[in-house]
Amino acid sequence: MYKIIKARELAANIYEMVVEAPFVARKCLPGQFLIVRSYADSERIPLTICDYDREAGTVTLVFQIVGASTKEMSNLKLGDSFCDVVGPLGNASELTELSDEELKAKKILFVAGGVGAAPVYPQVKYLRERGCNVDVIVGSKTKDMLILEKEMEAVAGNLYVTTDDGSYGRSGMVTKVIEDLVAEGKQYDVCVAIGPMIMMKFVAKLTKTLGIPTIVSMNPVMVDGTGMCGACRIIVGDEVKFACVDGPEFDGHLVDFDGAMKRAAAYKTEEGRKMLELTEGDTHHGGCGNCN
Amino acid sequence: MEVDVMKKIPVREQDAKERATNFEEVCLGYNADEAMAEASRCINCKNAQCVKGCPVNIDIPGFISKVKDGDFKEAYDVISKSSALPAVCGRVCPQESQCEGKCIRGIKGEPISIGKLERFVADWATENGIKPAVDAPSNGKKVAVIGSGPAGLTCAGDLAKMGYDVTIYEALHQPGGVLVYGIPEFRLPKEKVVAKEIENVKSLGVKIETNVIVGKSITIDELIEEEGFDAVFIGSGAGLPKFMGIKGETANGVFSANEYLTRSNLMKAFDSKSTTPIKVGKKVAVVGGGNVAMDAARTALRLGSEVHIIYRRSEEELPARVEEVHHAKEEGIIFDLLTNPVEIIEDENGWVSGIKCIRMELGEPDASGRRRPVEVKGSEFVIDVDTVIMSLGTSPNPLISSTTKGLEINNHKCIIATEDTGATSKEGVYAGGDAVTGAATVILAMGAGKAAAKGIDEYLQSK
Ligand SMILES: Cc1cc2nc3c(=O)[nH]c(=O)nc-3n(C[C@H](O)[C@H](O)[C@H](O)COP(=O)(O)OP(=O)(O)OC[C@H]3O[C@@H](n4cnc5c(N)ncnc54)[C@H](O)[C@@H]3O)c2cc1C
Ligand SMILES: Cc1cc2nc3c(=O)[nH]c(=O)nc-3n(C[C@H](O)[C@H](O)[C@H](O)COP(=O)(O)OP(=O)(O)OC[C@H]3O[C@@H](n4cnc5c(N)ncnc54)[C@H](O)[C@@H]3O)c2cc1C
Ligand code: SF4
Ligand code: SF4
Ligand code: FES
Repeated sequence: MYKIIKARELAANIYEMVVEAPFVARKCLPGQFLIVRSYADSERIPLTICDYDREAGTVTLVFQIVGASTKEMSNLKLGDSFCDVVGPLGNASELTELSDEELKAKKILFVAGGVGAAPVYPQVKYLRERGCNVDVIVGSKTKDMLILEKEMEAVAGNLYVTTDDGSYGRSGMVTKVIEDLVAEGKQYDVCVAIGPMIMMKFVAKLTKTLGIPTIVSMNPVMVDGTGMCGACRIIVGDEVKFACVDGPEFDGHLVDFDGAMKRAAAYKTEEGRKMLELTEGDTHHGGCGNCN
Repeated sequence: MEVDVMKKIPVREQDAKERATNFEEVCLGYNADEAMAEASRCINCKNAQCVKGCPVNIDIPGFISKVKDGDFKEAYDVISKSSALPAVCGRVCPQESQCEGKCIRGIKGEPISIGKLERFVADWATENGIKPAVDAPSNGKKVAVIGSGPAGLTCAGDLAKMGYDVTIYEALHQPGGVLVYGIPEFRLPKEKVVAKEIENVKSLGVKIETNVIVGKSITIDELIEEEGFDAVFIGSGAGLPKFMGIKGETANGVFSANEYLTRSNLMKAFDSKSTTPIKVGKKVAVVGGGNVAMDAARTALRLGSEVHIIYRRSEEELPARVEEVHHAKEEGIIFDLLTNPVEIIEDENGWVSGIKCIRMELGEPDASGRRRPVEVKGSEFVIDVDTVIMSLGTSPNPLISSTTKGLEINNHKCIIATEDTGATSKEGVYAGGDAVTGAATVILAMGAGKAAAKGIDEYLQSK
């Protein structure tokens, strides 16, 4: 089970995999995630469901190498299997609950940063299929790191690509594009921002001043993903919420991003050490200051 | 072996200093001679009180008399009639308030070590490759069990013995519930004990599907309408951790006991080969006084930390088992009693640097009959710690209750079910264990699983 039936590198260190997971594929909706484990002794890694095929019983994942476990995942090849896949987890995007009429009347702006393009893609595809009006901004650091442009182009109403360094498309951060579009007279009922926490923070800050309700997808550190450990807790409004069962999508104007970013850094040094051990193997003899 | 009928045969344990640095089991258990000697203290009461103290009504004098004769196989068969997890219960049941608490010998002297004898018999059976006997032919009816903790395993095992075709759906990648993710290795070995008892349940014909979250992967209505199950048992436990809501609780270095224990037990973070990180604090504060708090504290101690237990009442009110408190003290855990946290202090990088507490004193008894702790004004002080583990209790998560039409819950989010049959407000759906009672004990969860198996059988027979 959980066989990888397609695998490709989308950009440097960003991989796409199509995996057999019938239990997940038959029920999942945009906005939900799953948890994978590569091997019997691997960590549980949460990943957004980026696409699904109910008939074939497959789901598509896109992930970026950021640490030891995502590195390990990237070594899996076509025909290999994940040891475990569980899902769908979390709640589907609120927008999936609206009727076709309500959706047709809405104008929605999606803002994707980096690998965030992957989770944005199925939402855009789904909403467009249901007749909703959707503009999409995709931002990446440079041209090389841009992913799923063609796929997005095929489903989005208007697509605006921007790179931080101006190497492709527009130039500058996604927030600049939002400002430009609004200055051009565009109006949006809802903004959905998915990407690095820092990007979501600034998008939410901007849309607050622009008066556009904003949904963000939070990706805190998780252990079980079933509401059992509390590792994924974040502050929304003044309440403690568990991203895995209450989220992962929340009102971007209420999320405490600073707190969430602080918590995301919690395992940095310990994970960094594991990563070094993994890449350097027996040749790693410390000296980096992180080993004890 | 010499026997003083008033006293228990002492059980061998790992030395406190030594065990504080390893994850090997603390209690080494009886050998055959010791077990037979201890069994000889039992007077084989006609109207045995001990049995009334056991939620699954094991025929205690029955199995103990077999132990006395050295017939351990027979003893195992007697226990197996009532319990699917004897090696677990013998280790973690709060015997002092259950079977042993009622033992007649306990009136004048020490009660019989029923738990240690049960453990001995179960371990002996495992070592000798003996499995519980299956007798019933298949009756062609299908039952789904949600959750593979003690409640689910017991219900599934009992139903399989009656001839039902049982499938357990488990959310995590490994079956066992709290037995694998919560209770640590040094109290309940995973490979040697838990895995073996789960194998025994499987050998009765029970199928276990891991990685299926009922409510998300599939709903209860779908299990009944699409997958053709005739009845469903919910044994999904109470895992959702509570926090205090005090300032600084989202600082890095603050964990729920469940997160800390899951990292160490399920994900094996204590093993340097594991890829899961766990924070090894220099000084750790564990807030709470239950079994879970003791387990978190003793785990942190073994990972190399200095550990303080912070509890707002006095030692007498500690809800943890006496044996666990005793072990914790022996190993060097520091108890800060009549103390309550008011704030967690963060350093400039957002990491815990201390915990501010206030002294408490005991006032009038509250609804639970225990004296209510009240704050001593102006007595705040700071304990400098770099890790805080919150162990304040748990409640059932909303995954099942929010996705099942017609399933009633109470205001603690617990599923409402009758005690004698486990029936819920929804026809064909039964529930038991922590999901119904809130966090309780292994043996109560097993008792509930047993009652529900009977309830389900009666329901399906009459249909
Ligand atoms: C609901 C959800 C959906 C997600 N979807 C995707 C996805 O579609 N594609 C994708 O590439 N990633 C996604 N992530 C993030 C992904 O789970 C993490 O990148 C992964 O767990 C890191 O594992 P690692 O061991 O390789 O890195 P680690 O070694 O654990 O971490 C390396 C670095 O990344 C940071 N980090 C660790 N976990 C996270 C996290 N969850 N978020 C942000 N920073 C983190 C650490 O602080 C550290 O600096 C998602 C996370 C969640 C919770
Ligand atoms: C650290 C710790 C120490 C303890 N020590 C003791 C002790 O010494 N003695 C004692 O008697 N008791 C002890 N307890 C309490 C005891 O473990 C529990 O009362 C008992 O395990 C409850 O059993 P259960 O079967 O109801 O639930 P659990 O053991 O919690 O099992 C529930 C299972 O259901 C799964 N699940 C949840 N939701 C879903 C879903 N939607 N779909 C599929 N599966 C799902 C969970 O993943 C879990 O595996 C301790 C508890 C903890 C946490
Ligand atoms: S199952 Fe628990 S309560 Fe029952 S006899 Fe065994 S130890 Fe005692
Ligand atoms: S009450 Fe005590 S002495 Fe009597 S049968 Fe039970 S264990 Fe034996
Ligand atoms: S990941 Fe454990 S509660 Fe959310």
